[in-house]
This record gives sequence, structure tokens and C-alpha cells, in this order.
Amino acid sequence: MKLIFEISKKGRKAVQFPELDVPEQENLLPQDLLRGELELPEVSEVDIIRHYTALSRRNFGVDNGFYPLGSCTMKYNPKINEDSARLNGFAQLHPYTPENLSQGALQIMYELEQYLMEITGMDQFTLQPAAGSHGELTGMMIVKKYFEGINEKRSKILIPDSAHGTNPASVTLCGFESVEVKSNDKGEIDLEDLKSKLNKDVAAIMLTNPNTLGLFETQILEITKAMHQNGSLVYMDGANLNAMVGITKPGDFGIDILHVNLHKTFSTPHGGGGPGSGPVGVTKELSRFLPRPKIEFIDNKYKINYNMPDSIGRVRAFYGNFGILVRAYTYIRSNGFEGIRAVGENSVLNANYLLSKLKKHYHVPFNRICQHEFILTDKNLSNGVTTNDLAKRLLDFGVHAPTIYFPLIVHGAIMIEPTETESKETLDRFAEIMMKIKEESEKEPETVKAAPLATPVSKLDNVLAARKPVLKFEDKIIIPQ
Amino acid sequence: MKFIGNIPDNLRYTKEHEWVKLENDTAIIGITDYAQHALTDIVFVELPEKGKKVEQLKPLCIVESVKSVSDVFAPISGEVAEVNSELSEKPENINQDPYENGWIAKLKVVNNDELNNLMDSENYKKYLEGLKE
Repeated sequence: MKLIFEISKKGRKAVQFPELDVPEQENLLPQDLLRGELELPEVSEVDIIRHYTALSRRNFGVDNGFYPLGSCTMKYNPKINEDSARLNGFAQLHPYTPENLSQGALQIMYELEQYLMEITGMDQFTLQPAAGSHGELTGMMIVKKYFEGINEKRSKILIPDSAHGTNPASVTLCGFESVEVKSNDKGEIDLEDLKSKLNKDVAAIMLTNPNTLGLFETQILEITKAMHQNGSLVYMDGANLNAMVGITKPGDFGIDILHVNLHKTFSTPHGGGGPGSGPVGVTKELSRFLPRPKIEFIDNKYKINYNMPDSIGRVRAFYGNFGILVRAYTYIRSNGFEGIRAVGENSVLNANYLLSKLKKHYHVPFNRICQHEFILTDKNLSNGVTTNDLAKRLLDFGVHAPTIYFPLIVHGAIMIEPTETESKETLDRFAEIMMKIKEESEKEPETVKAAPLATPVSKLDNVLAARKPVLKFEDKIIIPQ
Repeated sequence: MKFIGNIPDNLRYTKEHEWVKLENDTAIIGITDYAQHALTDIVFVELPEKGKKVEQLKPLCIVESVKSVSDVFAPISGEVAEVNSELSEKPENINQDPYENGWIAKLKVVNNDELNNLMDSENYKKYLEGLKE
């Protein structure tokens, strides 16, 4: 397929500007700041439409098929969310609209915070952070501010070795040093290792529950107790909240700060479909540090409160990704109290159903009941077929590849998260495909190693692409050797 | 069969799979054959800055493969005296020749005794054999 630059023909256009009806101005900008001709593609409207329609048909999303990307919760995005977000009163609302004319929008944000508080057991929320990692940074800034407030200097954050890579990145960006805590042979945080690393320099632990191995931290109460006895805080990465919504609450097991991913658990678009949203919840004691401003409900009116002297300040312009908040609000309201619990239950049920089918054929590093996701490895694949080969081969069957080679502590990890939105038929079909690929690895390993064979582009040279990336178009494309 | 790789006799090793060779007060360091094999194709090395001071077993620099991004830990405390800048163009040197062309940095060493905290080739081999896959 050609690039849009390659179908460009000089003089072709897709727009007609109206005639200039004001006097033309010369020399408005200093000459040395002006650019020459811009090398933009020149194409007709039909060229544009055909080009991007063709691209979109090559795309694969959750609207096309099964997308079991572990730790990403690529659940289906209900279309009713889009209906609400497109209502004129929300879609056309200017962020500087005064309070008295935007009561409905303020109410949505206020109530969404209340729902998140109920679901997570946290005492207050901010909706500002625009991504999960942004929520992590916000959380770390609150940790920093908290210790400044009590005049203690603490520089270290404990992070389990199974954590998402964003955790140590957020910690480092905020000026803390991360210290790794090992996992035990059950796939959980090693409590003894954790205790051995506790001292008065430890500000907090940043943990994920269920963790990235898809396992619930059964010693969570001992962990939060040990941290609190040390005067440290507990941050929970809510990336895997999906497994516990409506069943258990982080606030009840001692979490002080938590971020949730609206684009995972609460069904707003994810990945290229974004933008994201990573609201942060805190305990009462920490609520005065939340980003400014907050929506309040006083005398039957919603108000924007800027008077927060202890706040860490703004972390995002205006109030976060508002359109995404409307979608998450819609999701929670349309599911209702019982529906939300069913989300958690069915995500765990679906994962365990798949695990029970696949563990007869694939090596399972932690053989126990999982939460909403689980891990297999490539150990039982024959003839040198690897996790990477398996992932590519899945594409040939019209399935998105799972997360691979993560978490790093499992060799050849294949991390599968079916989500609650998939039917038994879809799960059965996926299990059959997985078994077929296993069989192929025994009988015709070359097919699996050469995959993908049915996709628009064949196997890519990912080593060359990473070593010598071509990042921009220049007249013609020179493929590095 | 587990890959153990080449383990030269004259080097010392860390549990994080770095090697170090001491020449007078200069330590040449890199990652082991086992490490490069486990990382698979290395695509980028973020070399340390000259003059950077580092403590033993603290992060020194970063190697990136198609699979993951990993810290390289300093096998011994010291100050970065020289880096292998050829790796910016040819990170694959680490895969092809981890103990010679694939060296990463030279450190000016303060305390030779720290070598005693590291494994010799025999112990490193035993350590690798004992690692779970």
C-alpha cells in the first residue's frame, strides 16, 4: 500500500477556501521566521477517503475480534457511552462556561467521584490525571507532599519485581528511588523480603492488586500493616481493578492512594482509541493534597473549589478528559450496582475457564485459581517455537496477540486477559486455536515460525526496525540494511 | 536444554549477570553471554556519562532489547573513565562478542577489595545452573 505522500499530485486539493474578503496584510511576521513551501501531500477528497478507509480496514480493534491483551483490560467499549458523550450539552460545552450554566457537567463529575469512592472504598477522588501513569505520578507527588508536611525526609519507594514498568518510571520522575521487592514462589510479594527492606527512608510501596501475574495478594493485610507500622504509605496501581469491582475494596485493605484506569475497568476507549483517564483516590488524611480544583456540592449547587492551600496543584488543564468521564459515568450507571459486581465476577470466571482448558496443553508457572488474567509460558512448545512465534501465529486466526514477555520475572510469558465481555463460544474458539498452534509446533513448526501468513504485511524484522528506525518520510523511503 | 554460554576464567561475575575484568586500577565491564542470550537481540545501549560515579551493584546504564529494557549494574564502585561508543552504532556487538567488542564501560576503581563480593567463573557457572528457568 502506498503512503499518502506517494499518491500526492501537485495541484490536487480536497478543500476550497472562500475568497479573501479582508485586505491582505504583508509582512505580518518577520521574514526570518517564515518557512518556505511546506511539503504536504496534495490529494483530492476521494483519494483521502479511500486511503484512510483502506488503512482503517487493516486495523484490528476490539470491535473486530477477540483482544486478550493481559493487564490492559481491552474490554468492549459499549456504544451507549458514545451516545452520552456526543450529547450536545456535553460535546459543545466550553471549559470556561460559568458554574451556573454548567451544573449538569459538574454534577456528572461530582457523581462519578462518588461512584468511584463507593467502588474502591477511598474517601476522595480527583478526575484530573489523563492516563494511568499520570495518576501514578500524581500519587507520588501526594506522597512527597505528605512527608514534607510532617517534616520527614524519605527517599525510597518499594516496588515488587512483577510491577508495570511505569511504576519505577513515575517514582524516578518524582525524585524518589525505587527499591525492588521480590516475588515468592506463589507469585506474590515476598513478605520477608519486603520487611527486610523497610526502614525510615521508605516513603511508600507501590503495588498492584491483583498483581501482574493475575494473582490476588493474599497477604495484603499484613503488607499494608507492615507499611503503616513503619510510617509509610501504600499506593495501589489500579490497572487490574477489573477483577475486584463490586467484590472487594482497596480502601478496606489499607490502601492510602489508588489510581483507576477509566480506559480499562470502566470501558472507555483504550490504546489508539483514547485519550486515557487515571483518576486518583485517597484516604481522608490525604485528601487535602489532591490536585486543585475540586467539584463540591454546597447549598444544592455544584461549585468549583480552588481554595485548596495544601494541594499539589493542577496536574491537567481544566478538569481532566471530560468526554471520557461522561463515558465512564454512563458505564457505571448502565451497569448499576449488581451489574458492576457481575463485571468483576465474570472477568474472573472467564479467565479461570480459559486457564482450566489451556493448562492441560501449556505450561502454567503458577498453578492456582487466577483473577481476571493468567500466565502461560512457551515451555511446552516443541521444536524451538517461542512465545513470539505463537503471538504472530494467533494473528493468522483473526485474534489479537496476548501480552508477551511480561511480567519480566516469567520466562517466555504469555499473559491472557479475556475480560467479562467475551462469550463462552469466543473463549472455546480461542482455546481451540491455542491447541492447534501447540499441535502445529509439533508437526509443522516452520509454519508457526514463519507466521503471520494471512495478514496484510508478513513477519516484520523487529530487530532492524528497532536498531534503524525510519521515523519520517523523505522524498523516497530508503530501507536500511 | 538451558543456555549457560561462555564463561571466561579470568573474570568476576555478579548475580545480575555483569562481568568485570580488573587491569591495574581500571575495571572493564560488560554483560555476560548468558545475559545477552536471555535478552535476545540488543537494539540500543544507553551508555553512562563519562565522570559518572557509581556504587557497586547500583544501576550504571541501560540496555534495550526487542523484548525488554534492563538496567546494567556496576560490578564494582568507581568513576566512568571511558565508554564503548561503538555500541551506539552497533549494539549487536554485545550479542556477538559480549566479552571483547561488547564491553560497555571502563571504571576507575577505588577499592579492589570489592571484587571479593563477586563470583568467580566456577561459582557463576554453578549459580546459572541453579537458576530456575
